[in-house]
Amino acid sequence: MDDLWHGLAQAFWLVVRFDPALVEIAARSLQVTLSALFFACLIAMPLAAFLAVRRFRYRRTVIAVLNALMGLPPVVVGLIVYVFLSRAGPFGVLGLLFTPTAMIIAQVIIIVPLIASIAHQSLRELWHHYHDLLISMNVTQFQKVTTLLWDARRALLTAALAGFGRAIGEVGAIMIVGGNIDHATRVLTTAIALETGKGEFAFALALGFILIALAILVNLSIHWVGKTEREGQW
Amino acid sequence: MIRELTLTLAAILVAGAAQAADVMRMAVTTSFHNSGLAEKLLPEIAADLDLEVQLLVVGTGQALKLGRQGDVDAILVHARAAEEKFLAEGFGTHRREIMYNDFVVIGPKADPAGVSGAKTAAEALTMIAGAKADFVSRGDDSGTHKKELSLWKTAGQDAGSFGDWYKAVGAGMGASLNAACGMNGYIVSDRASWLNFGNKGDLALLFAGDPVLFNQYAFIPVNPSVHAHAKNDLAMKLEGWLTSPKAAQIINDYKINGEGLFVFNAK
Amino acid sequence: MVNTLFPLTVTGATARRSGRDLIGPIDLHLSGAPCTMVIGPNGSGKTTLLRLLSGAARLGAGQINWASDADYLRAAQAFVFQRPVMLRRTVLQNLCYPLQLRGVSRVQARRRAEEWAAKVGLTDLLDRPAPALSGGEQQKLALARALITNPKVLFLDEPCAALDGRAMREVEAILQAAKTAGTRLIMSTHDMGQARRLADEVLFLLHGKLHEHTPAAEFFAAPQTPQAAAFLNGDIVE
Repeated sequence: MDDLWHGLAQAFWLVVRFDPALVEIAARSLQVTLSALFFACLIAMPLAAFLAVRRFRYRRTVIAVLNALMGLPPVVVGLIVYVFLSRAGPFGVLGLLFTPTAMIIAQVIIIVPLIASIAHQSLRELWHHYHDLLISMNVTQFQKVTTLLWDARRALLTAALAGFGRAIGEVGAIMIVGGNIDHATRVLTTAIALETGKGEFAFALALGFILIALAILVNLSIHWVGKTEREGQW
Repeated sequence: MIRELTLTLAAILVAGAAQAADVMRMAVTTSFHNSGLAEKLLPEIAADLDLEVQLLVVGTGQALKLGRQGDVDAILVHARAAEEKFLAEGFGTHRREIMYNDFVVIGPKADPAGVSGAKTAAEALTMIAGAKADFVSRGDDSGTHKKELSLWKTAGQDAGSFGDWYKAVGAGMGASLNAACGMNGYIVSDRASWLNFGNKGDLALLFAGDPVLFNQYAFIPVNPSVHAHAKNDLAMKLEGWLTSPKAAQIINDYKINGEGLFVFNAK
Repeated sequence: MVNTLFPLTVTGATARRSGRDLIGPIDLHLSGAPCTMVIGPNGSGKTTLLRLLSGAARLGAGQINWASDADYLRAAQAFVFQRPVMLRRTVLQNLCYPLQLRGVSRVQARRRAEEWAAKVGLTDLLDRPAPALSGGEQQKLALARALITNPKVLFLDEPCAALDGRAMREVEAILQAAKTAGTRLIMSTHDMGQARRLADEVLFLLHGKLHEHTPAAEFFAAPQTPQAAAFLNGDIVE
């Protein structure tokens, strides 16, 4: 219990002093995770809408695979990305290993199935509701997708936030492909793992509290942004 | 709103791209990093050579793997047999000894196995096995783990046949020390990790000093004829610095709680 | 206005689901009465027939031939459902939606949406979320949204089934205006009063088959089949 109180106190002082090392890794955490979230949404949302409106042969298989991939262990994703980005791997020449870009790639792979699955759930419901109307209006496949994505945007926000939550707290994959290099690829979660390894539980906890606070802050601000363009409750 | 979000993201991405003059990557072992010596050495290296050394803190096994794959420019590890195999396979240009520290046997203050009275490391381990006292092994194929296994061998024990009291946790030094602290068991650790460890709990240093416990660190540049992009020139510059009198002084003077950790022995 | 969709010829049309015929085979010739009313007891296949004609349900067998090609038909029709489907947007955006699909400019779409909102009495509600409207308001919005593209033919599946008297009167007024403006209505209803007020010709369906196809005046005065007579009488028809 002592560690918990010390952790809280340290977290408080780190924030109050605006500790430069802390600011650096917290900013990098946000940079990596928000970038990953952005690209993941770009892939997952249209994919989810496509799966909702389009009937094709292996649709159920694709959905089942997506659902299964939600539980993919990040370490496995990290290893796979490592193998591809390693100097000895197919994309080695790009020199991306142990950079924030590599971490973003790994996180995108981890959260795309999650975002796509959650988004698909709500888009499928909305599509069920809209189906007859849109068919009678003779909309194109593209118009279907954009209409669904726009009208389900609040539900999609939830999907995105779930993705954010998984990405910001992820450590297994980015430890492998990022390397936890000080001043280059160290983020909150890998720093926490490092401090835990050193037995510095209080400091690790302090970082943990800051991570939680950051996640809450991002959630609140995204909800707030969503509210500014609210047209009503539905 | 989406446009603003995109702009912010772009700004964040660009800001992350700032870099120093020369950058090289070196894989080091967890035990070396946990000693805290790196935090003393790296700023001096940056000042003297204008070289940013990015450390990948991993187990010895992973460090060697990163070297094999050409994902780092040099490695600094402490597992002689594995290092020589690495060289024999042509992945490194040469092996340069830099310094050594030593391993110690840690255990509960009460010392149920009586390890503190042992004369040799082998005897200490035999006592633990005899008492079937809880013992935490790294179990992660790291340098420290290999050392521990070789010590069991010297003691005439087969680590594979041990019972429940022998717990291979498959984790880094710090995590293993945490585990040992949690179950109040014995563990073989490098001195640096132990001294720097913040969660000592009811554990204490029980045995040290047997020359067989000395832990030699060696620097190996990755072979540029295998991995053409490996920054051999920077690795050589770094090796020159690490073997210089200045490095010798920093390494020998490095102390935790008044205790010296490393002995510089580059030739 | 010349309506180039008619005549419509249906020959041996069936709709089937999981191997079972829902309706048909149906043979039908619609030459273009302003309002064709589909009536019949529940389960007789009224909805399926409308969906079949509009192209929403797949044709199991037979043919449906409009006087125009399929592309023109799809662009020139609209559908209003028994339970209106509201897009999760404002009333204004619901009205603009079909125009936007057709590439009408934002400004023009807005102007026409406001015109139509005025026609159906929704001007005060333009900025309200459509799903929050009352049932009658929703159905009026659905009608305006269907009519805003000036369809040649409008399908309506029991549009007043869930409405109170006042809303029904308003909806019927909109439908009368649409008829006058040249939109052909093909609609179903279970309300014989409404059928008498709006219909020009009647299709009487029973058990998925077309039993009678006669001008409205004739049908209500003297139905040709005993089943239709019984139905008009309010008897249970089996």
